[in-house]
Amino acid sequence: MLLFLTRRILIALPTIILISIFVFALQKLLPGDPLLVLAGEERDPAVLELLREKYRLNDPIVVQYFTWVSNALQGDLGISLRTNQPVTELMLQKLPVTLQLAAMSMIFALVIGVPAGILSAYKKGSLTDYIANVVALSGLSIPNFWLGIMLILLVSVKWQLLPASGYVPLSEDFLQSIRTMLMPSFVLGTALAATMMRHTRSAMLGVLSADYVRTARAKGLTERRVVLKHAFRNALTPIVTLTALLFGELVAGAVLTEQIFTIPGFGKMVVDAVFNRDYAVVQGIVLVTAVGFIFMNLVADALYFILNPRLRGQ
Amino acid sequence: MSPDPSPLSPPDTGDQGRDILSLRDFRLRFRGQPVPTVNGIDLKVAAGEILCIVGESGCGKSVTAMSIMGLLPPRSSEVLSGSLDFLGKSYDLRHENLPAGQRGNQIAMIFQEPMTSLNPSFTVGNQIAESVLQHQGGSRAEAMERAHDMLVKVGIPAPRQRLNEYPYQLSGGMRQRVMIAMALANDPKLLIADEPTTALDVTIQAQILDLIRDLRRETGMGTMMITHDLGVVAEIADSVAVMYGGEVVEYGPVTEIFDNPQHPYTIGLMSAMPRLDQPGGRLAIVPGSVPSMANMPSGCRFRSRCAFAHARCADPAPKVEAAPGHSVACHFAPLEQNLAVTA
Repeated sequence: MLLFLTRRILIALPTIILISIFVFALQKLLPGDPLLVLAGEERDPAVLELLREKYRLNDPIVVQYFTWVSNALQGDLGISLRTNQPVTELMLQKLPVTLQLAAMSMIFALVIGVPAGILSAYKKGSLTDYIANVVALSGLSIPNFWLGIMLILLVSVKWQLLPASGYVPLSEDFLQSIRTMLMPSFVLGTALAATMMRHTRSAMLGVLSADYVRTARAKGLTERRVVLKHAFRNALTPIVTLTALLFGELVAGAVLTEQIFTIPGFGKMVVDAVFNRDYAVVQGIVLVTAVGFIFMNLVADALYFILNPRLRGQ
Repeated sequence: MSPDPSPLSPPDTGDQGRDILSLRDFRLRFRGQPVPTVNGIDLKVAAGEILCIVGESGCGKSVTAMSIMGLLPPRSSEVLSGSLDFLGKSYDLRHENLPAGQRGNQIAMIFQEPMTSLNPSFTVGNQIAESVLQHQGGSRAEAMERAHDMLVKVGIPAPRQRLNEYPYQLSGGMRQRVMIAMALANDPKLLIADEPTTALDVTIQAQILDLIRDLRRETGMGTMMITHDLGVVAEIADSVAVMYGGEVVEYGPVTEIFDNPQHPYTIGLMSAMPRLDQPGGRLAIVPGSVPSMANMPSGCRFRSRCAFAHARCADPAPKVEAAPGHSVACHFAPLEQNLAVTA
């Protein structure tokens, strides 16, 4: 297990290095000079020069890169040009928000998508299968922002059941926090549930016709056990992969949904940073979410390891 | 098309053992097929008997076995007639299957593909014990103990260690032994083996056949073995049912079928089998191939390939008793006498 994971991490390292170079280079290539933003209206050359010195922009580009990387490794992602706060600090404030939203969305996606996928595979060709597919297709086709706005209109404005926007930390008021996040995570989760359902369905279709499922039936097991133990267990691998990847995406921020429900997460932060040419923040977010994504892949690998006896045996 | 009126009856097994299973007039049609795939089959298995069902692919032998087990997907086919007597109870297969409580308990099945018939995600012990727990209850530890005993019984070395291994760690022959252990874990009265040795190499084949024969002697279970390998039949069978196009064309004790085959199809099969005692010459073949259900001829289903076909073969073949316990469905049976007359 340790060897397996070490190998995976070693493979992930070059990816992370490449990403860091890419993120860094992209900033340099983009038009627009952040210093002009900083220097304000007057653009005094002396002030600009001073700022260049301060942010070490006169160093050779390679030196700049290594300075950035070594700082990043120590947890220092620079200072926001906009707010003068350390980027790391800013991100740590947003992280719990984004994680909570991602986790709750994933729960919706799994709780709806997986059982629907199993059922529609088991009843392939039946009315149940048909309905599940239509609902899934609508789930994929309905834009998040539309569903979000409709939910706000109905649930918050008309029925006044849930708050329309905002964020309450879990530690402050657990119940209220969950209530606030319910609608946005439902909006995100249902869209993912559709993907989840389609993948679960196709994985289940593959295993339901397997010889060992026939063996399980020949043993006289109940259909429930045949499907949920013998078939589902072998359909888990693609579901786990998908869960990890989707979770990675969720952590990278759900820009639209966060905007609609005014949730102060990564998505909103990155949009604001891009508009403000807040380079340090954009760099930080892209780097951290990319690493997060790779981390989720590692988690998926570790789960394969637990799921697949053949891998474990090696 | 009228159904054939006189399906072959199984030979009288005498006092060898009481019948465990008897299937009468079983007819089944797959949806979308014009004629029944299985067209009036009668079979009987007694305690301690090994019945071999032989025939080409697509002759309905596996379908029949799967139907007895109740493993055919219900929506894909329709049972037109058939009653199944199993351990003194009668089931009308048009409306009911064997109850799930019998499956894997009193009647068990092993399959052709040992490589894929075990679940890759669970240990061997888990998969055998599961069957025991399902039908006998008791504790998990007891079930595992039973699984261990079964592995010993089917001759798996280091059984204690094997219990915790996964199927991928076992060879094909070992996996088929595990399948047999699983099938026999609840002391079934009848074992259905669907080409259990086809996927195995020759030495392992012989071992598995020996094992089935030994277990039959120890437990007195009846066995219904499906195969297309006449070598296997000669090795192990007490009686033989030869199937062609969803019908049993010849049925009798193994010695009768091999020494005195009466149906042109059986004769064709026999001469297509290489023999050490008559070397030289080329092997005969049965000309043509099994017609699809859409092209199945009326009357005798073999007549499109039969060297002796005659106008009256368009009528359903009568059942003729060629010898005591040996029946054959052919207009010309017994063939040799009647050919002389017709010629």
